[in-house]
Amino acid sequence: MRNPLSDKVIKMKPSGIRKFFDIVSEMPDAISLGVGEPDFDTPWNIREEGIYSLEKGRTFYTSNAGLLELREAICEYNERRFQLMYDPKKEIMLTVGGSEGIDVALRAMLNPGDEVIIPEPCYVSYLPCVQLADGVPVTISLKNENQFRLTKEELEAAITDKTKILVMAFPNNPTGAIMTREDLEAIAEVIIKHDLYVISDEIYAELTYSGNHVSIASLPGMRERTIVIGGFSKAFAMTGWRLGYAMGPAMIMEQMVKIHQFAIMCAPTTSQYAAIVAMRDCDKDVVHMREAYDQRRRYMLNAFKEIGLPCFEPKGAFYLFPDIREFGIPSEEFATRLLKAKKLAVVPGDAFGDCGEGFLRISYAYSLEELKTAVGRLAEFVEDLRAEQK
Amino acid sequence: MKNVRTKILKLLENNSKMDTKDLAVVLGMDESVVINTIQDMEQEQIICGYNTIINWDKTDDERVTALIEVKVAPQRGEGFERVAERIYNYEEVTSLYLMSGGFDMTVFIEGKTMKEVAQFVARKLAPMEGVLSTSTHFVLKKYKENGTKLEQDKKDERLVVTA
Repeated sequence: MRNPLSDKVIKMKPSGIRKFFDIVSEMPDAISLGVGEPDFDTPWNIREEGIYSLEKGRTFYTSNAGLLELREAICEYNERRFQLMYDPKKEIMLTVGGSEGIDVALRAMLNPGDEVIIPEPCYVSYLPCVQLADGVPVTISLKNENQFRLTKEELEAAITDKTKILVMAFPNNPTGAIMTREDLEAIAEVIIKHDLYVISDEIYAELTYSGNHVSIASLPGMRERTIVIGGFSKAFAMTGWRLGYAMGPAMIMEQMVKIHQFAIMCAPTTSQYAAIVAMRDCDKDVVHMREAYDQRRRYMLNAFKEIGLPCFEPKGAFYLFPDIREFGIPSEEFATRLLKAKKLAVVPGDAFGDCGEGFLRISYAYSLEELKTAVGRLAEFVEDLRAEQK
Repeated sequence: MKNVRTKILKLLENNSKMDTKDLAVVLGMDESVVINTIQDMEQEQIICGYNTIINWDKTDDERVTALIEVKVAPQRGEGFERVAERIYNYEEVTSLYLMSGGFDMTVFIEGKTMKEVAQFVARKLAPMEGVLSTSTHFVLKKYKENGTKLEQDKKDERLVVTA
């Protein structure tokens, strides 16, 4: 019998997260700081709108790009929140989560052999999606001493004459790093100079703790070179609704909608109706959740300080990325031993790229009480490890 | 200053057990500021007490709660204050509010049995000078109190480790 599989797919490495998930799953009484989604329920008025849309029998396909009313609401929201202006008719499409937007953007823009620069540590899907779209991923190892921001020099050094796209995600999962306006201006200069494009994954845009998020697409000359990926999962606690969006120049969006049309048809209709409420009536819910995350962030940073675990101060998302290099053991071993000894799950940093080795991703999308228990276990483990290594 | 107070109050409103060290850490303030602010608010009676939300249905204690709508004749020079004071001084009264609309006051009463509550209304509240009429409603079940859902079968259903 012929091999039924694609060589390209076989070559894809399975996600490092998956491997760790399997280990944790065998320990049902473990507690976890490994979750990459909010602990809040979707605000009730959003859920209620979803229920209402089902009661009204709104169970049909929407247009490929998504409900126009929602597209208009998203455009109003992005103008109000991030000074981003897009035409709801031609420059935005609804996707199945932010993930689909990234995949479709890459497939719409890449020709075989085009290089895509991916700063790591980063979300796990960028690299395989580039490979599936026949692009060549070129990674940059971001540095702890730069608070895991991308610098102009690092970007310059990675560019070749084959480079076409930079995939960038700030606020960042797994590090919690953000890029300020000044940081982004330096990057934009390089992008324009080398005639590149940016896919900017801004799914955590609402979750910043030192002033408002700045989108690279809002900088002069960048709007026509950027696809902004946004969504509802993080800010509105809507992960399971599977709804995100992409915004960009009409010429690119038109091709992206084409792929989406053939592969997906349209994003879930119920989610789209519910999301209209998220865009229009949920500012106070977002503020409430952001305040709670910020409080937990401060709590965790202080706890790490007390344990003596070095960690740069992350200003976005809901992750901390502490440095465990002093223990001289690989992140995965650290995480596995922590899990076995104290029944606490955290994600090894190298699951997000090789340069995450020596770090852990710790999520604070948990209640303060849960964080307290978890931090207690982490402190005990670190103490034991230090005693053992003396 | 007002902002600091609001931030502390919001946290204490949800969890009055939160200690000053944790309050200081999560709000990014000095603990001494938190302690002083709380003391000031206690003295000014902005913070009037630290109660516990209890679901008595889950205990062996028998308790009934009633909401009583009361119509009151306001008194010259005193308005509703005098009658209010007469009502709230009874230990059985757990809450008392002056209302707009079709009646004047809402009284919450707790007693061991319905009979006990009924007797309180009949003997103490209804005959009180200034009270024109009462209408008693017994609470059958409490779902939510002071922002807290009383029965939560909430467990974390998220996958334990996700990207």
